[in-house]
Amino acid sequence: MLTVSARAKRSTFPSPLTRPDFCFSQRNLEGYVGFANLPNQVYRKSVKRGFEFTLMVVGESGLGKSTLINSLFLTDLYSKDYPGPSQRIKKTVQVEQSKVLIKEGGVQLTLTIVDTPGFGDAVDNSNCWQPVINYIDSKCEDFLNAESRVNRRSMPDNRVHCCLYFIAPSGHGLKPLDIEFMKRLHDKVNVIPLIAKADTLTPEECQLFKKQIMKEIQEHKIKIYEFPDTEDDEDNKLIRKIKEKMPLAVVGSNVVIEVNGKKVRGRQYPWGVAEVENGEHCDFTVLRNMLIRTHMQDLKDVTNNVHYENYRSKKLAAVTCNGVDTSKTKGQLTKSPLAQMEEERREHVMKMKKMEAEMEQVFEMKVKEKKQKLKDSEAELERRHEQMKRNLEAQYKELEEKRRVFEEEKANWEAQQRILEQQKLDASKTMEKNKKKGKIF
Amino acid sequence: QQQQIKNRLSHLPVVVGSHGHATSHSSGGGSTLLGYIGIDTIIEQMRKKTMKTGFDFNIMVVGHSGLGKSTLVNTLFKSQVSRRSAGWARDEKIPKTVEIKSVSHVIEEGGVKMKLTVVDTPGFGDQINNDNCWEPISKYINEQYEKFLKEEVNITRKKRIPDTRVHCCIYFISPTGHSLRQLDTEFMKRLSHSVNIIPVIAKADTMTIEERQEFKQRVRKELEMSGIEFYPQKEFDEDMEDKSDNDKIREAMPFAVVGSDKEYQVNGKRVLGRKTAWGIVEVENPNHCEFAQLRDFLIRSHLQDLKEVTHNIHYETYRAKRLNENGGLHPISSNDTQESNL
Repeated sequence: MLTVSARAKRSTFPSPLTRPDFCFSQRNLEGYVGFANLPNQVYRKSVKRGFEFTLMVVGESGLGKSTLINSLFLTDLYSKDYPGPSQRIKKTVQVEQSKVLIKEGGVQLTLTIVDTPGFGDAVDNSNCWQPVINYIDSKCEDFLNAESRVNRRSMPDNRVHCCLYFIAPSGHGLKPLDIEFMKRLHDKVNVIPLIAKADTLTPEECQLFKKQIMKEIQEHKIKIYEFPDTEDDEDNKLIRKIKEKMPLAVVGSNVVIEVNGKKVRGRQYPWGVAEVENGEHCDFTVLRNMLIRTHMQDLKDVTNNVHYENYRSKKLAAVTCNGVDTSKTKGQLTKSPLAQMEEERREHVMKMKKMEAEMEQVFEMKVKEKKQKLKDSEAELERRHEQMKRNLEAQYKELEEKRRVFEEEKANWEAQQRILEQQKLDASKTMEKNKKKGKIF
Repeated sequence: QQQQIKNRLSHLPVVVGSHGHATSHSSGGGSTLLGYIGIDTIIEQMRKKTMKTGFDFNIMVVGHSGLGKSTLVNTLFKSQVSRRSAGWARDEKIPKTVEIKSVSHVIEEGGVKMKLTVVDTPGFGDQINNDNCWEPISKYINEQYEKFLKEEVNITRKKRIPDTRVHCCIYFISPTGHSLRQLDTEFMKRLSHSVNIIPVIAKADTMTIEERQEFKQRVRKELEMSGIEFYPQKEFDEDMEDKSDNDKIREAMPFAVVGSDKEYQVNGKRVLGRKTAWGIVEVENPNHCEFAQLRDFLIRSHLQDLKEVTHNIHYETYRAKRLNENGGLHPISSNDTQESNL
C-alpha cells in the first residue's frame, strides 16, 4: 500500500523506509498478527467517505470536449436540453463548473467537470489562459485557507486534479496557442494532452502527428503528466505501452450502433463505423482506463504533493516577504507564517471593531434624523388640524347666522300672516255687522 | 466555354439559319436566312485560338494550417501542384506573419493548356493574436489588380496582358460542427467585395452525414446574417437559367470536401481515398463527400465565369476607385500601392 514515490516532495506520513536514521531489520512473525487487514480497513473507510475528483477540459470549441466527457463517464452531463458550453457562443473566456454524483458498486464519486468555453475562439487570443490560471489558483487558495483554519472538520477538495488539453487534429504539429498554454500550466496542474476528433486522421497520419507533438513538447520543455513506474514488471510493460501512445488520440460518442450483430458505441459514416471502444480505431479505452481505473488516485496524489505544495510555498513565501502592510513587516522576514497570520487576525479584528463603531455612529445619526423628520411632520399635521377646525367653526357660524336670519324672516312672515288674518276677521265682522244692521237698500 | 459565349450574345434578336442552330433564348422574332452563312463556326474558331494561346487561372487557398488546403488543390487538379510538393518540407515551422507564396504550373488536357497558379497563405489564423491577418492577403489581391491596371493604362500595350489577378479564393472552414469562427466571418466580410470567395468545409470526414447537414445549414445562416456574398453572387446572375443553376449550387454550398492524393483499391476499382481502420473514404464518391461537386462546379462549369466576374466586376470596381481618387491616374511606382479597397 505504501509505495515509495520518488516524486513526492512531502508525503502525508513519512514512510519508515525513507528515514535514513531508522535502522531496521526484517523480522519474521511467529503467528498471525492481523495487520495484513489494514488495507481493507482503509478501503472500507474510503468507500464510506466517497471520493472527489475534479477534471478540467480545455480546448477550442468544436473539438468534442463535451462528447468525450459524456462518453468517459457514460452519463449525459451535457445533453440536448442542457447543452455544453460550446453550443453557446461566448465572446470571452469563461470558466464553468458542473458537479455530478456517480455511484458504482457502492462507491461514490463526486465528479466536477470544469469547462472553459471561449478558449481560443476569438481573433485575438492573447492571455486567454489567464482565466484558467486564476481559477486553478483560486481553488488552491481555498484549500490552503481551509487547511489553515482552526476547525478543519470538513475540507472539501476542489483543486483541479487533471487538465485534459485538446489538440486540434491538423496533422502538422502544435499551434503557438497550444504551446503557450501548456507552458504556463504544466507547473500548476497535471496536463494530459489529447488529440481530439482522431477519426479525422488515418493511422499513418496519426503516428506522424503524435511523433511531431512529442518532439515539440520536449523541445519546449513542457512537463506533461508522467505515469509513475511501479515495482510490478507487468504493470511497467503496460505503462510503457501507454507512454508510447502519448498523446492519446480519442474519439467520443454515446450513440450505440450495431456492427456485425454487436452493439457498440461509435460514429456512423457512409464508409464504415468508427468504434469508440476499439483499440485499433482510437485510444479512448486507454484514456478511460488510465484516467479512471488505474491512475485517478495517482493524479490526486501528484496534485496534492507536487502542484499544491508548489503553490503553497510560493504563496506563503510571498506573504512573509511583502504582506498586506509592508510598513510593519518589512524587516521581519524571520517571522513564522503562523505568527504572521496571528497578527493579521488581530489587525482584522481591530478593523472590524472600528467599522462597528463607525456603523453605530452612522446609525445614531440616522435615527436622529428620522426622529426630527417625524417631529416635523407631526407639527405639520397639528397645524393643518387647527386650520381645518377653524374652517369648520367659521362655517358653523355662518350657518348659525343664516339660520337666525331665516328665523327672523319666518317670524316676520308669521306676524304678517296674523295681521292679515286679523284684518280679514275684522273685515268679515264688519260685513256681518253691516248685514245685520240693516238692509240698507 | 461555348455555353458561356452563347449566353453573352443572348440579348440580341435571333436570326435562325437554315441549319436550325438557334441560341437558347430569343427575345424577338426571327427571320430565316436564305442560305448557310457559317456564323456558327465562330465557336470553333474561338476554341482553336484558345487552345493555341492557353489561358491563365489563379486560385488562392486560405485557411489555417492543417486543414488540407494543399492536398485539396492537388486532388482538384490531379497533379502535384501545391506548394508542398514544390520543395517545401512537410513540417515547416509556422511562420510568424502571414506570408503569400505562389507556385505556377502549366497543365495540359485535351490540347488545352492552362497556366495554373496556386497562391498559398501559410500563417493565416495560426498565431495567438490573429488581428489583421487578412491584411497581407488583401494587399496581395490589390497589388495584382494594380499590376493589371498599369499594363492596361500603358501607351504601348502588350498583346496579351499577363493575368495574375486572383480569380478565385477558396476559404477553408474548420469542421468544428458548431458554427463559423469569428476569424472566418471577419475575413470573408472584408474580402467578399474584392475577390470571389468560395467557402468549403475542410476535412469533411470528421463529421457524420447528419452533423454535416446541420453544420452546413448553420454556416449558411451565419453567412447570410453577416451579409457575406460568396461566389456565385446573387446580384450577378444574368438570366433565369443562370439563376436557377446558381440557386441549386448556392443551396448546396459550402461544399464539404475531403482531399487525398493516394489511391486504393475498392470493389476492383482504383479510387482516390483515405484509408482508415473502419473503411475507406472515397473522395469522388458523392455519397461520401462533395468533392466531385466542387470540382465540377469550379472547373467544369464555372471556370470561365469566375474569370469573367473577376475581370468585369471586381477589377472594374478597383479600377473605378483608383481612377476616381486623386482626380485621375498618374504614374505611380509599384512601391506605394495603397490599400484602396476595404
